[in-house]
Amino acid sequence: MAQSAEARTCPVTGFRVHRAAEDLVKANAVAAVVALLLGGLAAIVVLFTRWMGAFPPETFYQYLALHAWNLLIFWIIFFEIALLHFAGSIMLNTRPASPTAGWLAFALMVLGALMVERAILTNPLNHLSFQPYPPLRGTPDFYLGTILFAGGALLGVGVFFATVHRAYREGTHTGPLPLVVFGAFVAAVLAVATLLVGALVFVPAFLWSAGILPELNPFLWKVAYWGFGHPSQQINLAATITVWYLLSQLTVGGRTPSEKVSRAAFVLYLVAINLGSAHHLQTEPSGALSVGWKWINTGYLMHLAVLGSMIHAFAVPGSVEVGQRLRGYSRGLFDWLVRGPWHNPAFSSLVLSVALFGFLGGTTGVIAGTEQLNMKWHNTTAIMGHFHGVVVAGTTLAFMGITWYVLPLIFRRRVVGERWARWQPWLFGIGVGLLVLAFLQLGVRYGLPRKQPDIFRFRGLPLAFQWPTEVYALLTVAGIGGLLALVGGALFVALVVATVLFGKRLTDDELRREYAVPAAAGNPGRSAKELPAVPGTFVLCLVFAAFFVLVYLGNYWNLSRAWPIGG
Amino acid sequence: MAPGAWWEEPVHPLERAWVGIAALVAVVFFSAMMLVWHALGQQNVRGRAYRVDPKAYQTEVERFVQQYRVGEEAGQPVVAPPPGSDVYMLAQRFRFYPILRLKAGERYVLHVASIDYLHGFSITQPHVWNLQLYPGYEWVIPFTPREPGTFHMACNDFCGVGHEMMLGKIVVER
Ligand code: HEM
Ligand SMILES: [Cu+2]
Repeated sequence: MAQSAEARTCPVTGFRVHRAAEDLVKANAVAAVVALLLGGLAAIVVLFTRWMGAFPPETFYQYLALHAWNLLIFWIIFFEIALLHFAGSIMLNTRPASPTAGWLAFALMVLGALMVERAILTNPLNHLSFQPYPPLRGTPDFYLGTILFAGGALLGVGVFFATVHRAYREGTHTGPLPLVVFGAFVAAVLAVATLLVGALVFVPAFLWSAGILPELNPFLWKVAYWGFGHPSQQINLAATITVWYLLSQLTVGGRTPSEKVSRAAFVLYLVAINLGSAHHLQTEPSGALSVGWKWINTGYLMHLAVLGSMIHAFAVPGSVEVGQRLRGYSRGLFDWLVRGPWHNPAFSSLVLSVALFGFLGGTTGVIAGTEQLNMKWHNTTAIMGHFHGVVVAGTTLAFMGITWYVLPLIFRRRVVGERWARWQPWLFGIGVGLLVLAFLQLGVRYGLPRKQPDIFRFRGLPLAFQWPTEVYALLTVAGIGGLLALVGGALFVALVVATVLFGKRLTDDELRREYAVPAAAGNPGRSAKELPAVPGTFVLCLVFAAFFVLVYLGNYWNLSRAWPIGG
Repeated sequence: MAPGAWWEEPVHPLERAWVGIAALVAVVFFSAMMLVWHALGQQNVRGRAYRVDPKAYQTEVERFVQQYRVGEEAGQPVVAPPPGSDVYMLAQRFRFYPILRLKAGERYVLHVASIDYLHGFSITQPHVWNLQLYPGYEWVIPFTPREPGTFHMACNDFCGVGHEMMLGKIVVER
């Protein structure tokens, strides 16, 4: 197809890339990386405070708020909007339905983000991260910023739906959506539901802080807050898994062993997930939330979503195994894995992200969300261990991995310092892994509180106390892991910025030669019957299941030794 | 392959086996464990909770403190209620009030409420367990301090700048 000012055909993937979509992807991705940098800088203060009390306790909450908002919200959501423009427009070969709306969405998000940053920087009342429960009250501009940001994100999601519709109407795409677009679609549906519930909490909070509403019921507000907070993480989960499938296609020409099963697993998220919110409310006064309701919500309903994730835990590595076996790495059980393209940072990111997310982030989420076990976990550093396993080792590393393709294919620049890039996923992944393991142990075993900036001195108060020496040793592990992760994160930002600014521009020929993907991305059109079996993945999954059950039971054993309560 | 034909394609036996195992582990085993522990376990988040007026609660705690007060430490009363009785604790920016002195192996009924913000009732060193407190809700939940020792508390739900100063203590005697 001809190259025009409006659109070009990607020499690597064959997608029809419209300028309008490409520019929106670029803008959102750049905003995401800026947020990653800011949140990462804040992480330095946060880490050294928790590790060795290096900064005064008052400063901690401000940097924690900057860390949390920039990373969990701005970095991830800007990136996800970029992903939606990619999946909706580029993968379906159509022009974005309304580039103007796409830019308006972007502008609203930037404005909202800046308002939140300013609010946090200028008023200690806004040193709120993700337990901002009333009666804690920020200033009106803080809540307004979050509302504008969310409104922008909602508009961005709307552009995605309209673009998918346009692809069908104009016939640039026919038949079912490719799996990756399907996953993005599920994430987008979750996003709409989540952002609407978000309005239910942040709009009243805004009105209250502006003095228009006299008061908020802290209990109802918190229940509604997790009705938003929980599914918001489900969006990240769906987006992460979508990126994994995409990475498996791009790095080894992978394909899910069964389209049907993978899609059904995505649908389980839609069915079950908005109901799993009670796992954030497990230790609430049980006269207010009944045990029965908690059990239905976090027992069956949450575990249906867990089932979805366990299915992806097979299908994603299975997808890599299929690709590798088709490429001829078919000896034995694990040849496909051992002889993967490890020189490609996107591949290392994929493998590390899946493994760390599954073993560290996923298992701990289920355990922390189990009614009784939560008593040992609630608000300890183990919770941070869990979510750094999920959104940092999982989501962030996956997004970093796909960036190694965004740079050559969308920015069309040769990645600067490819040799360094090879190390990046390892530094970041191993670093986060250590941080997570230490924080898990510190929380469950030693009850170290989360968000506690002065655990060494407690301001010299008479009730101050000492921790056992193991705590200091584990804090050192967390600190070293955190440092490695910071170095890995800094390396990522440095290479990305250098590439975008100074990377050598790539011609179509160079792209085709240097960045060829093993098989045409998208559905290779083979029937599942012709695909190789995936015994290696099956064995890995059995190991995972055994690990999961053992750790789960180990937590009950640990709880059984605590003071009896509730009987 | 015709578009959409994947819907009719067979699922490989290994993957079918995995879906079965995953369903057993996730939906059956995990969900069942929560119920089993309610029936057999000794640690459950199971008590009652009432809405309570902060002022009234404060008066109740004060009455309790006056009745069983045995001393003072760190500017806080130390209170030693008899085994089997109702014990009270009040959470407030930035303290847990009062200091409790209990007997190991005896059952008590804990009443605890926050009178201002959300707080985290956390017996952290040595680590026992954590409960969530709300302003205006009184938790009533029985518990048994199992072994003797000094147990330190630190609020673990962010309650404003100064949160790091919110400490408490429970002493368990033989
Ligand atoms: C680069 C390495 C990183 C390090 C060393 C790091 C370290 C930390 C530490 C020490 C805390 C303090 C927790 C506490 O005291 O309660 C924290 C909190 C947090 N981090 Fe990170 N982090 C990193 C990256 C990230 C990323 C990439 C994300 C998001 C994608 C993230 C999301 C959060 C959130 C949401 C909180 C908690 C805020 C809250 O308690 O509400 N972190 N992190
Ligand atoms: Cu507190």
